[in-house]
Amino acid sequence: MKGPQNYSQKLMIWIPVLLIVLLLTVTISITIGSADIDMMTVWLVIGSNIPFLGDGMEQTWKDSTETIIWNIRMPRIILGMLVGAALAMAGAIYQGVLRNPLADPFILGVSSGSALGAALVLLFGFESMVLGQFTLPVVAFGSGLLTLFVVYTLARINYRLQMETLILAGVVVQAFIASMLSLILALSDEKMQTIMYWMMGSLSLTDWSYNRVIFPFVLLTILFVTFLTRELNMLALGEEAAYHSGVSVQKVRLILLVVASLLTGVAVSVSGTIGFVGLIIPHMIRLLFGSDYRIILPLSVLGGAIFLVGADTIARTILEPRELPIGIITAFLGAPFFGYLLRKKKSNYF
Amino acid sequence: MLTVDSVTKHFSEKKVLQDITFQVDKGTCVGIIGPNGSGKSTLLKIISGLLTPTSGEVKCNHKNILHLKQKTIAKKMAVLSQDGLPSSPISVFDTVLMGRYPHIKWYQRERAHDIEKVQDVLNLTGISHLQNQLLDTLSGGEKQRVAIAKAMVQEPQILLLDEPTTYLDIGHQLNILELVNHWQKETGLTVIMVLHDLNLAAQYSDELILLNQGVIEEIGTNEEVIQKDILERVYETVPEIVMHPKNHVPQILLTSR
Repeated sequence: MKGPQNYSQKLMIWIPVLLIVLLLTVTISITIGSADIDMMTVWLVIGSNIPFLGDGMEQTWKDSTETIIWNIRMPRIILGMLVGAALAMAGAIYQGVLRNPLADPFILGVSSGSALGAALVLLFGFESMVLGQFTLPVVAFGSGLLTLFVVYTLARINYRLQMETLILAGVVVQAFIASMLSLILALSDEKMQTIMYWMMGSLSLTDWSYNRVIFPFVLLTILFVTFLTRELNMLALGEEAAYHSGVSVQKVRLILLVVASLLTGVAVSVSGTIGFVGLIIPHMIRLLFGSDYRIILPLSVLGGAIFLVGADTIARTILEPRELPIGIITAFLGAPFFGYLLRKKKSNYF
Repeated sequence: MLTVDSVTKHFSEKKVLQDITFQVDKGTCVGIIGPNGSGKSTLLKIISGLLTPTSGEVKCNHKNILHLKQKTIAKKMAVLSQDGLPSSPISVFDTVLMGRYPHIKWYQRERAHDIEKVQDVLNLTGISHLQNQLLDTLSGGEKQRVAIAKAMVQEPQILLLDEPTTYLDIGHQLNILELVNHWQKETGLTVIMVLHDLNLAAQYSDELILLNQGVIEEIGTNEEVIQKDILERVYETVPEIVMHPKNHVPQILLTSR
């Protein structure tokens, strides 16, 4: 007998499975790099850094190994997990709210908007006294949100929001912002390398402080959005149908769009514009597990984390000692896989 | 039960509805008829709160519906639309369960009696064998029955129907209207329906409202509204009116010109 408990059974099986995959990906990712480290040492070092648990542990490894694991590779991997989770979740929300399989933080221009704000901060080296290390993320999600507002206003004709116009408006705004970013790049001389790198997406500019900024935010957002999955499911039946069943469509849509844009802004502020995660991961989850957002959202969070940690491992090791921008890897891996899945199971997504 | 009080709707310069006033009593079925572009669907959208009238108001139990919360409106009114449900990969059970939304608080999960209610209604509408199928595998008639089931579990006092039989063959048309009729008899539901088919409208409505170019042309019982001269004037056609031999309601025969 199928029924409403169906989705929680699926989650009970697949959340642990994906968590194990994530754990394996993380462990493997830490061991790979210019200095080879075995898995056992990885876990001992991580264990010893966990409060209480690690207090009584005896150090059987070199200090340099600990530095590599704990201060260089770990923060980067955690950041990859958080950014992947944030982007995948933002993509899933956009696709659900806009009922558009093409919707993604990049298509709507939100990523570019965030990138523009962040690039300006980098260019002028501006740091607010009040905000401190939060300057970059705050400016990035401020400008991302502003971009969404511009896109939304452009798309809103006669007080009605047509979904096709929204995507078109996103493309227009994105093209405009891209030209401004190029201008900044041309003006930036010595900072060009950093800004360019960052525009293509990279997790390399990391230490623990970045994680401290975005971890609580991503966690709170995941919790918050789980209370809105029922509404997301109902929007899939059409806005009028959702409205007649009691969903305050305008309000729910606005809240979700703002939340998704904040997630994008935060992700962009720490890692630049990494494409394809928000498009690919929710689609993959949808193809594998069906179109119930109570399943899609939590599994997208885990899927995005796994995908980005994996992609970053490839980005930093494939051309050692050089490092590739992760955006190249995500597009290179993401696009063909998406094409394959699309061929394999042609069906109506929405 | 429901009062429409001098509702007027303009879309920029175009006057779609002009000073519409009527009342619907509890347990009655009111049919709204009229030619294309007469404002039927707009009127229904205003009654359901989807559109805001330019002036005038719609009151449900003496309260302006625009002042009510969305969930409160949904507990009072359900809507069955012409397009019905989309072809989404969502199961029939999950779709019908969504009708319980206004009864469930934001922090709650679906409770046992919500599930029971859904099972009951699935049996009543004769679609319990479809409950695990996805919407995109259903026929138009089956989907419309799912839409009715979803409206039923919502437990409204008023049901609004916007040409719910448009895309259906005669067997399925009757099937849907019989379901609504049965539901009405069981629970004292109030029904307001827009129908293109005057014969169906005459069979299932207690009262008819004939709209023409945004104003009420006629309002009254079926015999009062379905009259040769009125229909000739409004539809610009020459109909023959006969009495249905079995249930004695006026029916229309069309003659080619």
